[in-house]
Amino acid sequence: MVAARVETSVPEIRTVGVDGMLVSFGSRLSEPANRAALAFRAALAKESWDGVEEVSSSLVSAYVRFDLRHLNHADLRARLENLLAQRDWYAAGLPDKRRLWRIPAVFGTDLAPQLPQAAEAAGMTEAEAVASLSSARVRVQTIGFAPGQPYLGELPEAWDIPRQSQLTSRIPEGALAVAIRQLVLFSVATPTGWMHAGQTAVRLFRPDAEEPFLLRPGDEVQFTSVTPEELQGLRRDPLGGAKAEDLA
Amino acid sequence: MTGTLTILRAGPGLTVQDGGRTGWLEYGVSRGGAADRLALAEGAALLGQGADLAAIEMAGMGGEFQADTDLRIALTGAPMRASIDGAAVAWNASHLLPAGARLIIGAARSGSYGYLHVGGGFQAPEHLGARSAHLAAGIGAPLAEGDALEVGPDSGRTTGLGLVSEDRFEGGIVRVVASLQTTLFPDAELKRFEQTTFRRGARGNRMGVPMESDGEGFRTEGARSVVSEVIVPGDIQVTGDGTPYVLLAESQTTGGYPRIGTVVPCDLPRLAQAAAGVAVQFRFIPLDEAVELERAEAERRKGLRGQCVPLIRDPRTMTNLLSYQLISGAIAREEDVL
Repeated sequence: MVAARVETSVPEIRTVGVDGMLVSFGSRLSEPANRAALAFRAALAKESWDGVEEVSSSLVSAYVRFDLRHLNHADLRARLENLLAQRDWYAAGLPDKRRLWRIPAVFGTDLAPQLPQAAEAAGMTEAEAVASLSSARVRVQTIGFAPGQPYLGELPEAWDIPRQSQLTSRIPEGALAVAIRQLVLFSVATPTGWMHAGQTAVRLFRPDAEEPFLLRPGDEVQFTSVTPEELQGLRRDPLGGAKAEDLA
Repeated sequence: MTGTLTILRAGPGLTVQDGGRTGWLEYGVSRGGAADRLALAEGAALLGQGADLAAIEMAGMGGEFQADTDLRIALTGAPMRASIDGAAVAWNASHLLPAGARLIIGAARSGSYGYLHVGGGFQAPEHLGARSAHLAAGIGAPLAEGDALEVGPDSGRTTGLGLVSEDRFEGGIVRVVASLQTTLFPDAELKRFEQTTFRRGARGNRMGVPMESDGEGFRTEGARSVVSEVIVPGDIQVTGDGTPYVLLAESQTTGGYPRIGTVVPCDLPRLAQAAAGVAVQFRFIPLDEAVELERAEAERRKGLRGQCVPLIRDPRTMTNLLSYQLISGAIAREEDVL
């Protein structure tokens, strides 16, 4: 019944706090809802209505913050409804200027100690898990929680494994963690319930760099398996050996 | 007039703060900026300058400061003991800090965040369009002993003004509106939430503060998992053990815990200023009412400059009366208002 409701979901507009509105394209993550959120955010940015202060997207929603002195809720809602009606957002293409990133990662070892646990949860041997994770081409579905930190998906169905109820007290910067058919590449050290299956040397946010953020929503990423020694050698490079090519 | 303010001694929570940075939510960076935005507006009004200039935010305690040139300063936010070369100076007021004089700012008498403003603002380096430190994002660093901060050009001349501060340092009633996931909580839980007297927990910081109570934790109906959604400052998320946690300026940008409501922005200073252990109660108000409150508050802040009045000095309490006449002639200019 839940699944049926998701299939027929229509966009929903809700208020966020006092000066925000959220347009949600689903109550759970799906590929069409994610594409719709990214495309609708891009359209909002292009409209740049007077009084709109910030737009962003999360996994399935687009968010607008506005100045209460220049816009009111009823007018903004009407504009959002009008924009929603202009096309089928669920059928939207991916953002422009996408890139494919190849990022070296060590899977398992003491650098990423939860690979065995994650593999077992996914019903694979460790070798199968590494082959699966390193061959998957995943897409940046959203960037959030911490600076430059991507949520990547969608992994094969076997990776629909739960987050741990017991939090890992500290996962390091550059950690690659898996759960619920997604990967998160951590931009800061933090406690987490995601399972630490890989470790990279990439820095996702460099405040002093000309381009402070490495990844953009819509980019694709593949994590190539390297040895701990190779990763050590890549630590001098702020990109940690990550290489990009433009996608048409 | 430009100059440098040197930090001779620093409390543990000193950072440069301004109105924060917008436009980076999309990349996972929350707005940040001063925990008490009203205090920024008050400092700007006292110095007759824009509220976008950077000040020093002092969490719980100040420090010792010295300038290499005469500076106009203002002190706002959580009241702290302050003195210039040993002479006590008023809080929520502007003063002249003569070159070489020592400004000492002690612990907060109530509230959490005090602010030291300078005429012209601090010229800390900009990152992503703002000067504020965002420690959770790795932008900037806490200020430490020996740091020298450049001060921007100051075209103002007036000092010796005071401003009656809105009393927001001892907790009390904080108004909230329903938000994205409020309806996930049963009515009885929402009612209990309003009836509970919370204490601000001790673990709070610029990212957020836990609100503790003696009763049970707050529960949504059934074990709902919600898809991760945008977080705004003031969101009250209810974590696994049922403790409400109010997210502040430097919070994460998205979260998967259900949020029971959002603190109305004009009441956020009251929440952010509540020190550990201080009692706070939450009251839901309709969105329309919150919008009116926000519009009125924006107008009120625009008019703050007109509310500044010359400090009145009572000679009977001026134990150091002579020192006022012995300091440079400049200080006598605005200070002699009797």
